[in-house]
Amino acid sequence: MIEVTNISKSFGDTQILFDIDAKFTEGQVNLIIGASGQGKSVLTKCIVGLHEVDEGGAVLYDGRDFSAMNRSERIEIRKEIGMLFQGSALFDSLTVEENVAFPLKMFTDMSNEEMRERANFCLNRVDIIDKNELLPAECSGGMQKRIAIARAIAMNPKYLFCDEPNSGLDPKTSILIDNLIKEITYEYNMTTVVITHDMNSVMEIGDHIIFINQGRKWWQGNNKEIIRTDNKQVVEFVYASSFMKNLREKLING
Amino acid sequence: MNLFEHIGRYFGMLKSVFSRPEKGKVFRKMFFSEVDSIVINSIPLVAFLSVFMGGVISLQTAANMGSPLLPEYTIGYITRSSTILEFSPTIISLILAGKIGSNIASEVGTMRVTEQIDALEIMGVNSMSYLMMPKILATTLFLPFVVVISMALCLVGGWIAGVQSGLYSTETYLIGIKAFWYEDQFYLYYALCKTMIFGFLITSIPGYFGYYTKGGSLEVGRSSTSAVVASSVAILVANYILTQLILV
Repeated sequence: MIEVTNISKSFGDTQILFDIDAKFTEGQVNLIIGASGQGKSVLTKCIVGLHEVDEGGAVLYDGRDFSAMNRSERIEIRKEIGMLFQGSALFDSLTVEENVAFPLKMFTDMSNEEMRERANFCLNRVDIIDKNELLPAECSGGMQKRIAIARAIAMNPKYLFCDEPNSGLDPKTSILIDNLIKEITYEYNMTTVVITHDMNSVMEIGDHIIFINQGRKWWQGNNKEIIRTDNKQVVEFVYASSFMKNLREKLING
Repeated sequence: MNLFEHIGRYFGMLKSVFSRPEKGKVFRKMFFSEVDSIVINSIPLVAFLSVFMGGVISLQTAANMGSPLLPEYTIGYITRSSTILEFSPTIISLILAGKIGSNIASEVGTMRVTEQIDALEIMGVNSMSYLMMPKILATTLFLPFVVVISMALCLVGGWIAGVQSGLYSTETYLIGIKAFWYEDQFYLYYALCKTMIFGFLITSIPGYFGYYTKGGSLEVGRSSTSAVVASSVAILVANYILTQLILV
């Protein structure tokens, strides 16, 4: 479980996050949703340590205070983290297989054969077959996301972060990625945190949802509760289109 | 950011760069890969430039030697001295600052804006050390070899230019090349020492600019330009300081 307490973050005079408390439970897909520029990505970067939180805030990974740790102590926790970036962030100069094997090469004593086996296992898990020698630039957007998921799970992480995993993907591929994240979370009992704008993802995989608005935690619940919530900001965000409004009314009215 | 903040952050970066690599085997592989891509790949360009510059140095020296009191072998002597003291170490380093510097700044800068550096950090890899230490060490340790090749080819260029234009004979040129060598061989150590410093500068400064790139492709281009300008200025300043310290 990941627990964040009193997280605030300022850049110079501009405060982005205000006293956020949240718990992300293991074995569940935890979503952070909200409009653009409300602080979702900053919150995630604070949780994984790419940004330092302001004084008074804490990030606990299974009770271990990550924000109070020095660099070498953080490295031990980071080995337990997998992250899928918005743009996939695959290493351009490495092949698909080398990308997936990269964390294994850096942090394990596996032989080349063992690394290749593990990389192939992870690639098969995300349905990437016979593409090992391709470079990331030769793969489609959806394939790149799946390769990035394979890299993220290569070290058997306890915590998985996904930053807008569906951005730039067609609806069919988005559903595929969502299902993959969900399956992997349940299969490996990971604590998964997904930042998303995609309402389909909210409804499909949102075991636990946090809505961030103006840098504050505005609402939390799950994908069933979000249908019936009367929180004005959540309703305006989630049911922005007339199609979604009608859908909500139908769902509420049975 | 002002200049002093940049300098402070640069030295802060160097502290992280020179930390123990996560895995020696990976570091060694990357080091030799960088020797190949940065140093060995620069040899054809350096060779081409050196032959022609050597020719120009000797022809200009010959053209400006109007006094009959100066012996003809002075042309070879001046070509050798100019090559060892300035042309090969400084001018070649300045040219490579453009070639290598823009390459490193844009490579690291692109990794920054496409979140590849964040991906390294999340995995627990010291991204500064992983990306920059092999490049800096490869260039610092192996650039002197390139400069020695440049020196030799410069002298060959001077010989070809002078002899084919009939300005001096091979024997006279060789006498000039060998003249006062016993007294002047210290110049070679001086040149190689400063080449190592230049090698350090032309990789670490672009690495710095690339690493702290913010934004998108436009900013990567800006970082690349800033890196080349800053490393060229740093080479010239370092050249002056080293000459004052070692030679004077």
